[in-house]
Amino acid sequence: MNNPTIYFVCAVLAAAACNLFTRAFPFIMFSKSEKLPDFALYLGRYLPPCVMAVLVVYCLKGISFSSASGFIPLLASSLAVLLLHLWKRNNLISIAGGTLLYMVLVQVVFS
Amino acid sequence: MDKNLKYTFVRTLPILVGFIFIGAAFGLLANEMGFGLAQTVFMSAVIYAGSLQFALLPIIGGAGSFATIILISLSVSSRQMFYGLSFIERFRKMGRRALFIIYTLCDETYSVLCSDPPADADRDKFDFYAAVLNYIYWIAGGAIGNLFGQLITIDTTGVDFAMTALFIVICTEQWMSKANRLPAVVGGVCACLCLAVFGRSSFILPAMILSMAVLLTIKNKVKEAGTDE
Repeated sequence: MNNPTIYFVCAVLAAAACNLFTRAFPFIMFSKSEKLPDFALYLGRYLPPCVMAVLVVYCLKGISFSSASGFIPLLASSLAVLLLHLWKRNNLISIAGGTLLYMVLVQVVFS
Repeated sequence: MDKNLKYTFVRTLPILVGFIFIGAAFGLLANEMGFGLAQTVFMSAVIYAGSLQFALLPIIGGAGSFATIILISLSVSSRQMFYGLSFIERFRKMGRRALFIIYTLCDETYSVLCSDPPADADRDKFDFYAAVLNYIYWIAGGAIGNLFGQLITIDTTGVDFAMTALFIVICTEQWMSKANRLPAVVGGVCACLCLAVFGRSSFILPAMILSMAVLLTIKNKVKEAGTDE
C-alpha cells in the first residue's frame, strides 16, 4: 500500500474491528438464543466481582519486591483507598485520597 | 439537568481524571511519533482502547503489517470477551443505545456497569451516559495531549493511580455483599497465580480463563454462598 493515508485508515479500522469483535463476542454468541443457557446466566451473575478482582491485580502487576520503591507506593496507596472507603464509604474521598498519597510517594518520597 | 447524568458524572469523575491524563500521554506520544491531531482523534474515536492504542503507535508508525496489527489487537483486547456476558439480558431491552455501550465497553465503562447506581437512578440512562462520558473524556484527553502536551510542565506522575483506586473501591463495594466474596477470591487468587506463572505482559487472558473455569467448577458452592443472605 503506497498511500500512507490509506494505510493509516485501514490499519486503524482493522484494529478497531478486532477490538469490537472482542467486545461484541458474547452478544454475537447468544444473539439467537431466546433464553440464555444456565452457565451463561450463572457467569453473568458471578463474573463481575471475579473480573474486578482480576483487574485490580492487573493494575498492581507492576509491583516488584526487589526494592522498597517497587512495592511501597502501590501497596500503601491501595491500602489507603481500602481503609478510607471502609471508613467514609465515599467514592471520591477514597479515590482522591489514595491517588494523592500515591503521587506524593512516587514524586517526593521515592523519587 | 437530567439527574441521571449528574449521578453518572460524579461516578465517572475518577475516570475523567484518569482518561484526560492517560489520553494526554497517548496524544503526546502520538505527536512525538509524527501523528497529527486528526489522526490522534481518529485513533481514539474509532479504536477507543487505551492499552491497545499505546501498543499500536510504534506498529502503525513503522508501517507494520496487517497480520501484526490484527494479532496485537486480538491479544491485547481478548479480556473484553468476558465483559458482555453480564449484560445480555439488560441490553436486549435497551435498544439502540446498547449498541453504543457494546462498541465502547472498555475496562472503565465495564467497572461502572458492574457497580450499583444510586437507588433512584434510571439504570439504562446511567449506563448509557457512563459510556458516552468516558468516550468523550478519552478523545478529549488525546486531543489535549496532542496539541498541548509539550507545554505541560507540572509533574503529573502517578495520577493514573485514580483508575486503580476506582477498581479497588468497586471491589470493596462488591465485597459488602456476601454472595460476591467467593467469586472475588477466585479472581484474585487466579490472577496472582497466573501473574507468577506467565509474567506481567501475558497473564491477563490466562487469568480470565482460569478464573472462569474455577467459577464453573465450584458453581454449587458459589450459589450456596449466594443464597445465604
